[in-house]
Order: sequence, then structure tokens, then C-alpha cells
Amino acid sequence: MAYFVQQLINGLTLGAIYGLIAIGYTMVYGIIGMINFAHGEIYMIGAFVTLITFLVLGIVGVTYVPLALLLVLLSAMGFTAVYGWAVERVAYRPLRRSFRLAPLISAIGMSIVLQNYVQLTQGARVKALQPVVQGGFTLMEQGGFNVQVSYLQIFIMLLTTALMAGFTVVIGATPLGRAQRACEQDMGMAALLGIDVDRTISLTFVMGAALAAVAGVMVVLYYGVIDFFIGFLAGVKAFTAAVLGGIGSLPGAMLGGLLIGLIEAMWSGYFSVEYKDVSVFVILVLVLIFRPTGLLGRPDVEKV
Amino acid sequence: MAMAAAPAQRLPWAEWMKDAALAALVTLALAIPIVGLQAIEVNATLTIRPRFGAVAIGVAVVFLGRLALRAALAAGPAWRMPLARLWAPAGRLLASNAATLGIAIIVLAIALPFLPFASRSTVTIATRVLTYVLLGWGLNVVVGLAGLLDLGYVAFYAVGAYSFALFAQWFGLSFWAALPIAGLLAAAFGFVLGFPVLRLRGDYLAIVTLGFGEIIHTVLQNWVPVTKGPAGIGDVPAPTFFGLPFQNRAPPGVTTFHQFFHLDFSPSQRIIFLYYVVLALGLLTNAFTLRLRKLPIGRAWEALREDEIACRALGINPTTTKLSAFTIGAMLAGFAGAFFATQQNFISPESFTFTESATILAIVVLGGMGSQIGVVLAATILVTLPEIARPFAEYRMLLFGAAMVAIMVWRPRGLLAQRAPSLLLRRQPRGGS
Repeated sequence: MAYFVQQLINGLTLGAIYGLIAIGYTMVYGIIGMINFAHGEIYMIGAFVTLITFLVLGIVGVTYVPLALLLVLLSAMGFTAVYGWAVERVAYRPLRRSFRLAPLISAIGMSIVLQNYVQLTQGARVKALQPVVQGGFTLMEQGGFNVQVSYLQIFIMLLTTALMAGFTVVIGATPLGRAQRACEQDMGMAALLGIDVDRTISLTFVMGAALAAVAGVMVVLYYGVIDFFIGFLAGVKAFTAAVLGGIGSLPGAMLGGLLIGLIEAMWSGYFSVEYKDVSVFVILVLVLIFRPTGLLGRPDVEKV
Repeated sequence: MAMAAAPAQRLPWAEWMKDAALAALVTLALAIPIVGLQAIEVNATLTIRPRFGAVAIGVAVVFLGRLALRAALAAGPAWRMPLARLWAPAGRLLASNAATLGIAIIVLAIALPFLPFASRSTVTIATRVLTYVLLGWGLNVVVGLAGLLDLGYVAFYAVGAYSFALFAQWFGLSFWAALPIAGLLAAAFGFVLGFPVLRLRGDYLAIVTLGFGEIIHTVLQNWVPVTKGPAGIGDVPAPTFFGLPFQNRAPPGVTTFHQFFHLDFSPSQRIIFLYYVVLALGLLTNAFTLRLRKLPIGRAWEALREDEIACRALGINPTTTKLSAFTIGAMLAGFAGAFFATQQNFISPESFTFTESATILAIVVLGGMGSQIGVVLAATILVTLPEIARPFAEYRMLLFGAAMVAIMVWRPRGLLAQRAPSLLLRRQPRGGS
């Protein structure tokens, strides 16, 4: 039981990270109907910016942890958002009217470019950072097994909840959110009604990238070990989360992320660590077979 | 002409400067953290090594490049016409003489091992090129003809390679006996994977195949009792020439190739033979796909690529049609995999990573999706370039990725876009008959 609760907590933490990445996939899919393969790399870049900012702050001498965390968050979100914007501008915007496979191929090309760009500039070796936030408390004790909740896990979950709340407000109650929902329904009509479609799509990418950057911050804090290749698997998993939750649905993405995190933690805890990535993939295929619209998604109506 | 007529002050330099400055600013923001500050390990602790020189160079390049691009675009037809004039006839020439060019390439390929400049390494590189041509043609069926994006093509390649290596080890099967089995097994994997996914929108296939490629890699790494894990499988048997092995000293009772033909033994005999094996496989594949394209199924693939809804209205079953393309593509990868195993004599999960899938996809995309000759040209360039220019090898994947984006933006149908339709309605000459 205690072990189960521990895995539950670990899984939820992991799930929060996947959920934040999944939102980027689901938003982009909702608005322009493409899988942004480069999104996993955007998250990876967020993690690298985080690492670099921590190191710079260490050199500059900012040692007060809350301030350092705030600065790191701002820096990661800011710089990574520029990456999100640039990727859209360079690789997707010129292809709005191209044939069906073009944006997908362009996205996979962009993903390869970003991966190798970081490998060439930052080196291929795994980079490890000293833990920044330490400590925690024991939630319960059973048969000599302590269920630990670290402060970091609480921080991750609180931050995720706050971001989700803020995000729901942005989508539901601001002009930008309204424009996004309008573009999602009918891009041509939205343009006729005076919405700057290109700008709305760009901002969608910027928001998705900023959330992926937060996931990057969390992964650096939580695991402390990153390399240029982390975006690949995290991307596939987050996409699975988005599909599981129902692609196009924001609460679905978060729910899917949490479920994927839980499944992965339980699988590693009770079955085998080597095949934990296989479990996620099996879920993706099963969802696609039995419930392609996901848990919270609406059926996709294909228009001619 | 238009350029000369326009007065100089009409050129909107101020706007271009603003635009280029904006691009440079974005580049600065992109480059500062990743390029400008390198996280590097010194004495087991991470520190920062600044490289602002590189950032400055990057920003300057982007600024000038953007300015030049805007100027070139503004010059418009006057500047773009010569380029188009150069490209379009080149493509058309290639398309109209595709048969001649194809025969020329085949003759060259057959003669290659006996040409004066052909050393052993040339033949080895040519074998590598042909292996990629084989894979490219296989993927071309899936991506180019049927319009399905397969990002885990290497998984089927791996299935082919491992099934041959394992069958050879367990049952002592020879290359020729195992080749069809490898193809069939890969096809079976393709069928089982494609069956649930192909009913859905095409985009899902891309991510599922991406995941599948990774899964196969994970299984090969971790299923140690069967695949031997990262250590790989060695001693994969080499193919024989109608039962004649290529060995210096044969086991008793076996006649070797050089004994049978009363030649002196030379290791290059084996290499040249392997080259001809892959060449024959390639020619077979080419004939096979060209034939398929003319059959109803091939025409259905191309129609499906263009418009799925119209196809459904015409009574084409999209799921089975896609599934057939996906399965045939997987089978061709299985053949290539079996050949790869026998040629390398050793296989390990290292050879079947996502990078490999990306390389094959780059070959298909650069060559022009659906073009057989385009794949040959792209494979030749992409395989030989890193061999010739060693410093290039480091930037290989970066350039592949960038090329994929650039091709999609500028010439989405590939560099040699002029592809003749597989089937053409020929007008009967009036009054002729």
C-alpha cells in the first residue's frame, strides 16, 4: 500500500510534466490540425535554457532559491517561446496551403535540426546539475517503508495547477483565447471577421512553447540530468497523452498527461523498468483502436 | 528590365532594414542561451563557457541573408526567372529521358566494379549506396505513392536483418533461403502494425510508426536471450554463388567459388559479388514497383494520396489500399535488412536508430516523392558526401533536417519535381485511323 502511494505521487509528478508538454501538441493540433513533431525538441531546449540559466545565476551569485527559481522560469519561458515562434515562422507558416504531408515532413526536419543543433553547440554528453530544491517530508509510514513527498514534487504540482488555471482563463475569457477558438472552428471565416490568423497561430505556438519550457524547468529540477535527446521520447509520450485525453481538448491533455505519468510509474514500479516506454506506446495503439477520439475529445468531422 | 526602369529611391530599403533587423534580433534571442553560453564540464563540475563571437557571426549572417533575400524577392521575376528557366527544363529533360538515363545508370552500375578507378572501397561505398536506394525505393512506395508518412521505417529493416541473422543461427538457413522469410516477416509486422492505425487520419500513422521504431530498438536492446542485446549478433553467413561459397579455404567436401572457376582467391571477389547481389535486388525492386504502379492497386495508391474522400466516393477502400502499400513497403525493407545483415556479417541495435529512419526519409523527400531516379540521385549524394568530406559528416543530420524543411518550403515535390504521370491519356490522332 505504502509503495503504491509512493508510486502514485511519483506518477502524478511525472504526469504533470507530460501534461504541460501535451498541451502544446493539443493546442497546435486543434488550431491548424497538424502534429508538431518539433514540440518535444522545444521542451528539450527549455530544459537546456534552464540548465544554462541556473549555471549563469550561480556565477552571478544569486543564491536565494525562490528568486533563482523565478528568474529561471522567466528566462526559460521567454527564450523557449522565441524558439516556438521561430519554428512556426520558418517551417510551418509558408506551408499553410501546401499538400497534406508537407507540414509533417517539415516538422520532422525541424525536429532533426533542433536536436543536432543542440548536440553540436552544447555537446553530446549527459549534463547533470546539483539538486537545487532539497528536502521533503514523510507522508506516511508503513512496515518500515516511508512515503516521501519532496518539496519539489509539491512545487511541481502547485505550479502545474496554477498554470492550468491561468491557461483556462486565457482561453476562455480573453480576446486572444476567443480568437484562437474562432480560428480552430473556421480559419477563413475568422479572417473575414478581422482576426489576424497568422498572429493567432504564432501566439498559439508561443504559448505551447512557454508551457513546454516550464516542463523543461521541472525536469531539470526533478531529475537533474538532461541531454540533447530527451525531447524525442518525452515528445512521443506527451503526444500519447494528448491523444489519450482527446486531441484538441485542453483538460484532456492534462488528464492524459497525468494518466500516462501514473501508468509509467506503476509499470516501472511493478513490472520492468526497461520496457516502460513500451507500455506508453501500447496505450497509444490501444486508444487509437478502441477510442480514437480519446477520453474527452469530440469526434472529428472531416470536411471536403 | 523592370529593375532598370524602377528609380533607385523606390526600393523600400528602410522596410527591408527593419525586417532584417527584426530577424537578427530573433536570431540573437535564439542564439544567446544555446550557442552563446555552453554548459561544459570542467573538473567534474558544470560551468559556462561563453562564445559570443559565434553569436555575433550568426546574427550578422542572418541580417545580411535576410536583406539579400528581401532584395532578391523584390527583384521578383527578373531575378527568379533565370533560376526557373534553368530548373524547369532540367527537370523536364530528365522526365522525358528518364528511360535513357535509367538504362545509362544501370549500365554504369553493372560495369562499375571493373572500371579502372574502382577500388575495393569504391565498391563497398557503392554497395552502401545501393542498400539505401533499396530502402529509399521501399519507403517511396509508402510515402511517395500512397502518401503515408512512415517515421519508423528502420523497424522493418531491423526485423528483416534480425530474422535472417537468427534463422541462420538457429536453423542454419542460408541467405537465399532466409531472404523471402525475412521479407515476409517484415511484411507481417507491417500488416499487424498498420491494421489498427491506418483506419485513422494519416497523421496518427506518423507518430505510431515513430513510436514503433523506438519500441523495436528497445526490444533489440533489452531482449538479451534472443537478440544478445547491445552486443549484437555476429557470424551472419555470407551469401553463396549457387552454393559456391567465397572463402579462401573451404571446409572439406565444399568447392569454393575460386576453385570452381579456376581463379586465384581474392577477397574482393566476395565484395564484388555482394555488390551484384544488392544490384540485382535493387533492379528487381524497381521493376516490381514500376509494375505495381501501373496496376489498379498502384493507381489507387496515387489517387488516395491526392484525395482520400474522392477515392472513397469512387468505391476504393482506403484502409485495405493503404494497408497493402504499408505492407509492401515493410517487405522491401525486410529484404534490404537481410542483405544488410549478410553484407555486414554483424548486426546490433546501433544500426537501427531513428537517425537511420530519418536518413531514408530524407533520401525520399530530397529525391522527390514518387520518383525512382530521384531516390537514386539523392541516395548517391547523401551517402557519398559524408564519405568524401569528412568534416561534413558531423553536420550531416543537421543539414538533412534543414534540407527537408527547405525542400518542403520551396520545392515540395522534390528537387526534380517533374514527374511524368504513371498513366497518361493518349489522344488518338484525328483522321489517322
